[in-house]
Amino acid sequence: MPSDLSVIALLGDPVRRRLYDFVTAQDHAVSRGEAATATGIQRPLAAFHLDRLAEAGLVEVTFRRTTGRSGPGAGRPAKLYRRTPAEHQVSVPPRDYRAAAELLAGVVDMLGGEPELQRAARSRGAAAGRSALRSDADAGHGDRLTGMLAEQGYRPYPDGPDIRLRNCPFHVLASRYPPLICGMNLALLEGLLEGAGVTGVAARLDPRPDECCVVMTPSKNNEH
Amino acid sequence: MAGFMAQIEPVNALADAAPGFVWRLEGGDGPGATALRPCGPDIMVNMSVWRSLEALQDFVYRNGPHLDAMRRRREWFHKMAEQHMVLWWIPAGHLPGVDEALDRLALLRRNGPGPMAFTFREPYDPPAPGQPPIPERASAMVIARSRMSVARSMLSLSMTSEGISWNRL
Repeated sequence: MPSDLSVIALLGDPVRRRLYDFVTAQDHAVSRGEAATATGIQRPLAAFHLDRLAEAGLVEVTFRRTTGRSGPGAGRPAKLYRRTPAEHQVSVPPRDYRAAAELLAGVVDMLGGEPELQRAARSRGAAAGRSALRSDADAGHGDRLTGMLAEQGYRPYPDGPDIRLRNCPFHVLASRYPPLICGMNLALLEGLLEGAGVTGVAARLDPRPDECCVVMTPSKNNEH
Repeated sequence: MAGFMAQIEPVNALADAAPGFVWRLEGGDGPGATALRPCGPDIMVNMSVWRSLEALQDFVYRNGPHLDAMRRRREWFHKMAEQHMVLWWIPAGHLPGVDEALDRLALLRRNGPGPMAFTFREPYDPPAPGQPPIPERASAMVIARSRMSVARSMLSLSMTSEGISWNRL
């Protein structure tokens, strides 16, 4: 098993980084050809780097026949790449905020401190939203919102009229303390909308497997 | 409390339609099991049977309206100092009573998680057919049941509805 540092160091190569960003932003496993086209490189080069990413565990490999045929003569199944739930962290010098966060979450849960956590999260989100508004006052609401969500690591994508979030920034904690952490996350995002002055959009809980529990939906009072 | 009561029936309807749902406790003069107060006037109980631990967990933590109600639970209920939720395996076809559930909860509170009474955080597998777990202090009724084969149903007595916060009514 390669160390987290050597795994993350692989992303220092700009081509690999582009491929990684593309593959992990998709909702499906992608072929070498699709990744090559999207990142503007040759297919053999994409294949080489995708396999390096897969060896390090940064993406997962699956095989699927794309022809719809099976049995002899159907051809080799295509090698596809997709995002993985594995996490890698490096801190220099060594820090362990995750262990501290797990302990703190456990205690907040034990004490029934959800309302206080949600209040604190809402005000933190609002501060981040105000700061985004200051630095990007000219952007439209939709662009500002998507930009903020992307910057905070949520990997937003459009889903009909909604904005869904492919990545949960609190994944490990959220799977241990769902009501506590998903409630905190919702409050953070509600605060972000408020602080950034984004109207006509509401955040609500609507968990989907392997994604963030929050969805942004157009709200009813979006006329004004 | 009105906010909580308003959600009971829609959320129960989602549970009834959820994959793996088998049964839930109902009774008394109110929606769901809210009017049943076997532990005293300020404690509500909630009890259901599911085909697997995963099915129950999917509903509890990954159903939007249910997760949202859990997020807001402190608006309606006090935090209980003691363990307020217990899971255990029952033979398929058996429907547990409230007394059985309270016995399991007492067992969990006394001994911590074990094969007879456990939690999401420390789950136990269902007993293999013909291989009952050795109970420590569970009632004879429980022993008899656990000897039955095909223990594929899950019961959760989850007193998620803890002491009601009357001052917020």
